[in-house]
Amino acid sequence: MDFAEKLSLANTRAKGKRPQYLQDKQTEQVMAITMALAMELHSTKERLASLECLLADKGIISRDELDNFQPSATETAKRSLDTQEYLNRILLVLDQEKQAMTSNDKSVAEVLEELKD
Amino acid sequence: MAKSLPSWSALDKHELFPQVKSDDVSRLNFLTHLNMHLSGNVLPGVKTAYETQVLPEFKQQHGREPQDRHEVREAMDDNSYLQMWSALRRNTMEMRHQLGRSIVLKDSDIVTTKVKNLLSAGDNIVLDDNCTLPYNVSAVDVHCQPGCYYTEYFEDDVTVANSYDIGIFVTTAGLLGGLSDGGGQGLGNWLAKQHPDFKPKRILDIGCTIGHNAVPLAQAFPDAEVIAIDVARPSLRYAAARAKALGVHNITFMQMDAEDMAEFADESFDLVTTAMFWHEACDRSMISILTGINRVLKTGGLTISLEQPQYTDKPVYEQFIRDWDTLNNNEPYWGRMHERDLAQWHSECGFDGSKLFETGVISKVDENIFGKADEGGEDFGRAPVWNAFGIWK
Repeated sequence: MDFAEKLSLANTRAKGKRPQYLQDKQTEQVMAITMALAMELHSTKERLASLECLLADKGIISRDELDNFQPSATETAKRSLDTQEYLNRILLVLDQEKQAMTSNDKSVAEVLEELKD
Repeated sequence: MAKSLPSWSALDKHELFPQVKSDDVSRLNFLTHLNMHLSGNVLPGVKTAYETQVLPEFKQQHGREPQDRHEVREAMDDNSYLQMWSALRRNTMEMRHQLGRSIVLKDSDIVTTKVKNLLSAGDNIVLDDNCTLPYNVSAVDVHCQPGCYYTEYFEDDVTVANSYDIGIFVTTAGLLGGLSDGGGQGLGNWLAKQHPDFKPKRILDIGCTIGHNAVPLAQAFPDAEVIAIDVARPSLRYAAARAKALGVHNITFMQMDAEDMAEFADESFDLVTTAMFWHEACDRSMISILTGINRVLKTGGLTISLEQPQYTDKPVYEQFIRDWDTLNNNEPYWGRMHERDLAQWHSECGFDGSKLFETGVISKVDENIFGKADEGGEDFGRAPVWNAFGIWK
C-alpha cells in the first residue's frame, strides 16, 4: 500500500449520516479544524519540551543554533511527507464531507425506526 | 482534572501493537485529556443549561416537568451549549478514529504478517465465508468507528481491530486497564468472589470483537474451553492472533451470527457471557439470541452480560444524557436496549425472569498507574463501571 492510499484509509468516515450540532455547517467544520490544530499544537509543544530537555541535559546546542537550523535534503523530504499527513489530519472534516457527498447513508433515527418490530 | 491522567504509554504493548512514536503518543494523550475535559468540565454546563434555561421555559409552556428523555431532548435540541458539547464530543470521537487508523496503517504490513504467522497453525480460529452480517450490524458503523468491526479495506486487513485496540484508551482514560480488558477481568473477579465454587468447563462469549473480554475469562478459568463468536472476520483474526500473542491457548474464535448457533448442542455451555454487546443488537435479535443462549446453556449454568446502566428509575435528564450515544454516536439501538424490562425479556426467551439479578461490576486495574475507577465525573455511556445482569438457569 502506498502513502496516498494510507492517507485515504486513515480518513475513512464511519457509515451513518453525521448529525449537525452548530447553527451552520461551516462553523462546525471550522470548530473541527480548530480542535485538530489544538491537538497538533499540543504535540508540538511536547516535542519541543522534549528537545529542549535533551539539548540542555547534553549541553550540545544553543538556542541560537536552533533558530538558524537548515534542514538537509533528506530531512526536507521527510518534512514534506509529515506536512502532507498533518494536513490530511487537520482537514479531515472536509475530506469526510467529500466522501459523504457520494453516499446515501441513512440517519441513525431512520435505522432505529427500521429495527423496531 | 485535579490530578494527572495516565499516559497512553502505560498500556501493555502486546506483539500486535504498532510502533507508536512520541508525536502520536502525544496526540493520543491530548484526545484522552480532551475527553476527560469534556465530561468533567463541559458536560456539567449542559446540566446547568437544562436547569437554568430549558427547564424553566418548559415548565412555563407546559405547566409541568418533562415526562421522559424524549421530551428533554426535544426541549434541549436547540440549546447552544448542548450543541457545542455535542459537536466537540462527536468530533473528538472522529479524531480518535482518524488517529488510530493513521497509526495502525503505518505498520499495517508488519501487523498483517504477524497475524498471518500467529494464525498459521489454524488451531484457534474457525472462519465461515457463508456468515452474513445482520442488518443491525451493517446499517451504520457503530460508535462512529470507520468500517465498524468487520470491514477489510485490503486483503487480510485487520486495521479496524488494531485501531480499536490502541484507541479505546482514549475514550476511557485507561480505566479498562493495561490490556483494555477490565470488563472480562471484572467479571472474573466477581465470579471468584461471589461464586468461588463455580468452575465452568465450557464458556461461550458472544460478540467478542477483539477478544479483550474473552481472554481474561480464559485466564480466570484456565481449565475451561472458551468459545468466542462474532460475525466480524478481521476482528476475529486479530482476536485469535492477539490471544496467542498473550499466551492464551484455551479459546477458539468462531465466525458465527449469534442468531444462528445451531452448531452448538443443547445445554452445552456452563457459562455464556456478553460484554457491551446487547446495545448493538435490535428487538428481533435480542429475542432470538437470548432464546439461543437459553437453549445452549446447561441447567445450573449462568448467563451474564455487562452493559451500561439501564435507564429505569433514573431522572429524565440523566436518561437524556445517557441516551446521547443513540443518535450521536451511531448506536441506533442504545436507547431501546437500555429502556427494556430485563426480567420480562428473559421470560420471553424461556428463562424464569423472576430469577434475574443485577449487580455492579467494576473494572479492576492497576491503580498505581491508572487510578481508581470510581473517581471523577462520569462520562455517561463510557464509564468502566458496568451494570451486570444475569440469570442462573
